[in-house]
Amino acid sequence: MEIVVCIRRAPTTDARIKPAADGKNYEPAGINYDISEYDKFAIEAAIQLKEKHTGKVTVLCMGSKEATKEVRTAIAMGCDAAELLVDEAFRDSWATASALAARLKSLPHDIVLFGWNSVDNQSASTGQMVAELLGLPSVSVAVSMEVADGAAQIERLAAGGKREKYYIKLPAVVTCQKGLNKYRSPNMKGIMAAKKTVVAETPANAPADGVAVLRLQPPPPRADGKIVGKGADAVNELVRLLREEAKVI
Amino acid sequence: MPDVLVFVEYSEGKPVKAALQALGAGSRLATELGGTAIALVIGGDGGELGKKGAGRVLVASGDAIKAYSPDGYARILADQAAATRAAVVLASATPMGKDFVARAAARAKCGLAADCTELKVEGGKPVAVRPVYAGKAMLAVQAPGTLWATLRPNAFGEATSSDAAKIEPVAVGFDAASLMAVVREIVEGVRGKLDVAEAEVVVSGGRGLKDPAGEGKQNWQNLEKLADAIGAAVGASRAVVDAGWRPHGDQVGQTGKTVSPKLYIACGISGAIQHLAGMSGSKVIVAINKDENAPIFKVADYGIIGTVEEVVPALTEAFSKSLRG
Repeated sequence: MEIVVCIRRAPTTDARIKPAADGKNYEPAGINYDISEYDKFAIEAAIQLKEKHTGKVTVLCMGSKEATKEVRTAIAMGCDAAELLVDEAFRDSWATASALAARLKSLPHDIVLFGWNSVDNQSASTGQMVAELLGLPSVSVAVSMEVADGAAQIERLAAGGKREKYYIKLPAVVTCQKGLNKYRSPNMKGIMAAKKTVVAETPANAPADGVAVLRLQPPPPRADGKIVGKGADAVNELVRLLREEAKVI
Repeated sequence: MPDVLVFVEYSEGKPVKAALQALGAGSRLATELGGTAIALVIGGDGGELGKKGAGRVLVASGDAIKAYSPDGYARILADQAAATRAAVVLASATPMGKDFVARAAARAKCGLAADCTELKVEGGKPVAVRPVYAGKAMLAVQAPGTLWATLRPNAFGEATSSDAAKIEPVAVGFDAASLMAVVREIVEGVRGKLDVAEAEVVVSGGRGLKDPAGEGKQNWQNLEKLADAIGAAVGASRAVVDAGWRPHGDQVGQTGKTVSPKLYIACGISGAIQHLAGMSGSKVIVAINKDENAPIFKVADYGIIGTVEEVVPALTEAFSKSLRG
């Protein structure tokens, strides 16, 4: 089975994001990076598919040259081959999806896996866009997946905790949510393999962004709050404030 | 014409609240741009939408819409975006909207401004503002052509209008056999359970509530009672979800759901930056924590210093008394 997992390098979730002087990007000083959290569930799903059905897992990443670190982490977790589509700028999901789809046209794939959302741009759309551009079925936000005989049975998380069940033919695009699996940490064998792996780098074939950034701003400041009181004695005053001052109940 | 096409999601024959909010936002934007808000309905009758801001109501029909299909719905929306020549295409950022609208935008060779909290017009052109990094920053974006955007539930208000719209049937130009992915079955969640991302009031529990399988059992029951008393959804911090105390669908924060309810009550949550990011868009934040130095108090509008054991049941009683009038 040919499995492709698309990953993204993103600031770690404990990063403090401040707009940079250009007003369009964030200040890069002091930011650490990691594989975007949900992509790790996609990597794990890819490795589990390989373990069950045999085959090859290729990691595909569009990002800056520094993203080789994240790509090597994916190899260390158990992926087999890696490709980096180099683009140094922050790109939107349309540009990213277009570049990934362009590469996937000549990269064999029975299934293409994504994290359902990125922790930075949070567009939750790249996987579905790739599916549309390649004319493939897509199921997003998968929380269970069984693959057999060129087809997949997938459950996705819908509104109110409901689960929608799909049966789709492969090749297909699936985006992965927490709950699908528990992802593994790299072991020593993986880390050694990652060191030896040659990460193929090619320039990303990406069009202009579909939505152009006008500005990146800090969120609107919140007004100073107040401590209503201590313990159970404070609850009546809190309810009064919520009703009369904040007018939310 | 600078018209605004709004996909209005239906569930069990009725438009969902988030979709009416999107229609409200669409109608206000259309007025500002000098165009009309056009509602597109798939799987409903569109009956009330003329009173909710729609100047035109398109209702899709055909065997291809009997069950939800991401590629099918995407095709219908992209087709109608082209047919109406809309300047803006909107939908609510519900689990359904988040799923298929990205496909539809790609089909139209457009980008997507996802999960927006503000829409405005600058220099005659529509601009969408969306929280990124779970709300640690806001990104204002513009599209070179049609602006496609999904709107965060509860970030926009509904509209009312004079009900002059007539229903225009739209025949879907493809059949069910051409669909690639179709919902075959819906496995119910907990009956009547509110989704944290869509609820107007959220009560969240953190590590301070302790293990529900052990000494925290009563605390979690008390939290559920508080949520029931005020019609809230129950949310949770990442620590709680990672410990297996609550389902991952309840997680609020950068690696969970980003929420903007009108009232968010954080109980026993210290307030890690990832959690604060996910809920700081709430209108009013209440924090209950025994540690007066907990970071949660920095974003809270109202705080009570105290244990969840003591404060949560007392608060439930106070709310119940107040709501009885």
